[in-house]
Amino acid sequence: MTDIAAGEGAQSDGRQASLRRFALSDAAFRNTTRAAALLVLLSLAGVAVSLVNGSLLAFSTFGFEFLVSESWNPVKEKFGALAPIYGTVATSLIAMLIAVPVGVGIAIFLTELCPRPLRRPIGIAVELLAGIPSIIYGIWGLFVFAPFLQRTLQPFLISTFSHVPGLSSLFAGPPYGIGILTAGLILAIMVLPFITSICRDVFASVPPVLKESAYGLGLTTWEVTSRVVLPYTRVAVVGAVMLALGRALGETMAVTFVIGNAHRITASILAPGTTISAAIANEFTEATGDLYTSSLIALGLVLFVITFIVLAIARLMLARLRTKAGR
Amino acid sequence: MLYARRRLRNTIMMGLCVAAAGFGLLWLLVILGELVWKGTAGLSISVFTEMTPPPGDAGGLLNPIVGSLLMTGLAVLIGAPVGVLAGTYMAEYGRHTRLTGVVRFINDILLSAPSIIVGLFVYEVLVVTMGHFSGIAGVMALALIVLPVVVRTTEDMLLLVPDALREAGTAIGAPRWVVIRHVAYRAARAGITTGVLLAIARISGETAPLLFTALNNQFFSVNLGAPIASLPVTIFQFALSPYEEWQQLAWTGALIITFAVLALSIVARVLAGRGESR
Repeated sequence: MTDIAAGEGAQSDGRQASLRRFALSDAAFRNTTRAAALLVLLSLAGVAVSLVNGSLLAFSTFGFEFLVSESWNPVKEKFGALAPIYGTVATSLIAMLIAVPVGVGIAIFLTELCPRPLRRPIGIAVELLAGIPSIIYGIWGLFVFAPFLQRTLQPFLISTFSHVPGLSSLFAGPPYGIGILTAGLILAIMVLPFITSICRDVFASVPPVLKESAYGLGLTTWEVTSRVVLPYTRVAVVGAVMLALGRALGETMAVTFVIGNAHRITASILAPGTTISAAIANEFTEATGDLYTSSLIALGLVLFVITFIVLAIARLMLARLRTKAGR
Repeated sequence: MLYARRRLRNTIMMGLCVAAAGFGLLWLLVILGELVWKGTAGLSISVFTEMTPPPGDAGGLLNPIVGSLLMTGLAVLIGAPVGVLAGTYMAEYGRHTRLTGVVRFINDILLSAPSIIVGLFVYEVLVVTMGHFSGIAGVMALALIVLPVVVRTTEDMLLLVPDALREAGTAIGAPRWVVIRHVAYRAARAGITTGVLLAIARISGETAPLLFTALNNQFFSVNLGAPIASLPVTIFQFALSPYEEWQQLAWTGALIITFAVLALSIVARVLAGRGESR
């Protein structure tokens, strides 16, 4: 009798010990994973803090002037961010003007028109292309696309619009090949797969019942797309566009090759310019003097703030469709 | 009459969509075609066995290839485990906590933040404090780009694991971390591996974060304390040079990177597909 009781006691002691061990190791694992999650937050905070810290010198020297001045003179140490900001916005706008209609069009083609056996291969091809490194687009742009534009599109634009008031200054100048327009076009080709692959997923999330009932009423494919699919997915499509815009704004390598790196603002989109990321990539390692380096980091901070806002809006909009779909 | 007009409009709009698809795919085909055409012209065994040449000489890409493999490998070794752990917290322990919501939002922003910003951050933190450019700075920059990719896929994949599996594990008395490691991870293994492969594909072509962290090196070096050559930065430098041999090597390097990235993405896709079909 006592033997059994003692045995039971020992057993429950062992049990207690192993339970304690379980609880301890579980707490350890739990805290490790939580620390890793916090590290994600810390890394973004670290990026923000280090950029602010690095750009203090530039902002304290130039103040608000930094954001609205066009001059960029390493010799006289006079720096202003307006030209790169303009270049970033201009190239991204050109890219979006082309890539959004084409990208959405391809997504509609893939979800509504494409013969079934071709859907998967083309969809996969688009997604693979979204993963091609941007430096590939850059080297292609420099050696193939820019000379091509210099021979064909640019002389055509210049001669066509030379007598149209307003447009003549937009398309003025000798055809360099490289410049704002070329960079914008390459960005357009680059973000195209992003827009298409997100829009395709989003369009596929429209409940079939909605589309079928619209078809049942006798609507054409285009009417179903424009009055059922697009209104249902509007918020997410805008999110996809913002996401692509975030990519375009921050893209470095595809742009650096073909932008020409000229710190000036010209009315002509055929002229060379620069973007924030291209300026940093081109000049950072050669920057001499603290003020020069700090000004480049300040440029980086401006880019960070712009893209943060754009990406935050994009994510909120994409999340809204997900809530709507009840997922 | 109305019907004819609707039909016409439908034909026009759908025609435009088909045209858009043709137009978009055409450019992408042109780029790939040109890349293969120009890249294969310089492809030979010496590309993989010889160092980068001085201007005007023939040579290969051995040191940048080794440098890229080394830095990519180390970056994944650092970034992937942290990413998997963070994803585990978000999908398992802290599924409904506010922290998870914030981390998910911030992680999504990191996922598409400009990579040159990451380069600037690492420059400020590592290069300035060490006083010189170094391979380890390049590794850290790449690891920071791996992290959000892995976090995202790990969380998504773990959330796909049915809760009934976890409950079954708990019911036979396994503590939470054993359930996660032996049940959840096992069920989500294909998906998590896919995420890691996609992360490798992503960083193997990254140039911007390496420009002012790992810099470049004309000579063979695996010393992480010193500047290391990498394939993307070498392509950048050689493509912008006036020397024909360098430009040819840039094209060949670009072809190698593209093939590596495409191969990784395809393997990742096959793995993910296999995970889905089970």
